Amino acid sequence: MSQAVGINFKKSSVDAFIAGLMALVLFGPIVGVVLDGYGFNAEFGRVAWIVAVVAVGRFVMSSFLQTEKGIALAFRYANSDDGVTVLPPGHKSKMIWIIPLVIAVGLLIPFIASKYVLTVIILGLIYVLLGLGLNIVVGLAGLLDLGFVGFYAIGAYGLALGYENLGLGFWSMLPIAAILAAFAGAILGFPVLRMHGDYLAIVTLGFGEIIRLILTNWASFTHGPNGVSAPLPTFFGLEFKRRSRDGETFHEFFNIPYDSAYKYMFIYIVLFAVVWAVLFIKHRLVKMPIGRAWEALREDEIACRSLGLNHVLVKLSAFMIGASTGGLAGVFFATYQGFVNPSSFTFFESALILAIVVLGGMGSTLGVVIAAFCLTVLPEMLREFAEYRVLMFGILMVVMMIWKPRGIVRVTRTGFSPKKGVVK
Amino acid sequence: MTTLMQFKDVDVHYGPIQALKKVSLTVDEGEIVTLIGANGAGKSTLLMSIFGQPRISSGEIIYRGEDISQKSAHYVASHGLAQSPEGRRIFPGMTVEENLLMGTIPIGMDHAEEDMQRMFGLFPRLLERRNQRASTMSGGEQQMLAIARALMSRPKLLLLDEPSLGLAPIIVKQIFQILKDVASTGMTIFLVEQNANHALKLANRGYVMVNGEIRLTGTGAELLVNPEVRDAYLGGH
Repeated sequence: MSQAVGINFKKSSVDAFIAGLMALVLFGPIVGVVLDGYGFNAEFGRVAWIVAVVAVGRFVMSSFLQTEKGIALAFRYANSDDGVTVLPPGHKSKMIWIIPLVIAVGLLIPFIASKYVLTVIILGLIYVLLGLGLNIVVGLAGLLDLGFVGFYAIGAYGLALGYENLGLGFWSMLPIAAILAAFAGAILGFPVLRMHGDYLAIVTLGFGEIIRLILTNWASFTHGPNGVSAPLPTFFGLEFKRRSRDGETFHEFFNIPYDSAYKYMFIYIVLFAVVWAVLFIKHRLVKMPIGRAWEALREDEIACRSLGLNHVLVKLSAFMIGASTGGLAGVFFATYQGFVNPSSFTFFESALILAIVVLGGMGSTLGVVIAAFCLTVLPEMLREFAEYRVLMFGILMVVMMIWKPRGIVRVTRTGFSPKKGVVK
Repeated sequence: MTTLMQFKDVDVHYGPIQALKKVSLTVDEGEIVTLIGANGAGKSTLLMSIFGQPRISSGEIIYRGEDISQKSAHYVASHGLAQSPEGRRIFPGMTVEENLLMGTIPIGMDHAEEDMQRMFGLFPRLLERRNQRASTMSGGEQQMLAIARALMSRPKLLLLDEPSLGLAPIIVKQIFQILKDVASTGMTIFLVEQNANHALKLANRGYVMVNGEIRLTGTGAELLVNPEVRDAYLGGH
């Protein structure tokens, strides 16, 4: 590098001044003027503090970026390669041993964790499922879906209403809800086959809202905002209640004292198994021709058509498989809460799931799993900062997009080779 | 020689605008046929209408005795027509090998390994870059990849849309040399080009399209010396 490395303090000062000015404009009215009854209190001290922190911070950052280390750092991020890393076809990961380890630890958790921790982890796993489902639609097939919560709602209400109207329990509704959600995915998929990008996002956003509004307003069937109660899963017909009207309960059968944590343990174990099954299926799908077709569709739709790819089938399959995963997550959510109402399925939920996929790295399975836990478990751990939760969420998003625009885990995939997956 | 593909009085409309007007042309087996014309003459429209995008509003597209004008794109692609689309349209995030494999969609992967070796023989540059992401290659290499990808479906008729687009003159020469090699294997080629000079030198026969109509037709050599063509497409001298 030919340019002289030295800190230009004048430039840093100007940067700091501009940043301070912007902070003043931004925070002046928001933080400086406090509503007090019918009047206002001017709190200039707080504004001064914030402006000072911003200005000093900018000064330090500006100076640092002029040092040799800073320049190198800035260069690295400005030139970060934004593509997918493709490994040679025969590649086997050295990290394969970690899978049995994670399964072993995962199976131990219900017996060592407290009930509260267990419920938080269950929530995390539900979001892992949601993230994996949306990851197929957004990450792999490249179809921006802002109404994913619709499928989640269909799964959850499927369990609750199926139990109420048809007497179907958790185990029968689990597959049925997945199929229902897949059908809903197809219904959404058909009209949006010709759309992409922004238009697709708007239509799917509308779809999510339609589902929520139907749940709210069709009171005779869904009980509207009052919600519906959902059944617990049963262990080979044994219920997890304190006492059962028909037949024995779980703790009576095994002759152990009643503990309300049992049902969460059971939900956890079933959910854990389902998550692994979904992970496995997804892993296989990506290597199958359909997975390649999804990726090709994301990369270039016109090329796909000129190659004679049936884009109707490819898009619909992405929507349906993604949606059915969302439906599964919904069933678990309903049984875990024991109760569903429309307020659980707002647009914020869709945004959260999308954030999981984007933060995790679009198309990256491991990234989605990590991001799902981060975004659901962290807010629980930071209960003391509950007021600042959304603020922290926003900061996290901004920081991630600046430093790691491709997500926590960069997508690496094994290359396709003709030998694998040849069906003769 | 038998006729492989034939356009019979084909009209194409984009809403109220007529893009193709009573276009008729034939491509015989083993031939290289080129369609030249200025920007917006309707060349790409003609090529895409074979795949039903857009659908023709009247006329017929006969391919091996069957009217394919109302068939779906994947039907057409799986019956021996392959296209290297305008602007190359390779999959940027996939490696060269993966791009080639995507070309086997219409026929399945049974011959993938063997055909890929054949492509690497035809395009040694692709062999060097087989595990590289396609977006990291030069324009000429990307064009080679697009042609190779089209050939992976073992087509009877190869349709090329402006393979010289955006390439340096020396690379264009290379590409046309490759097309010559491909044609010498017995492949029938229908080439849509703006680069009339190269295209007519390569082709057995040519058609000149102006404003959605076929204005002239003849052998490549005839068209090269035709004063009208020379004035309009070859710089007049």
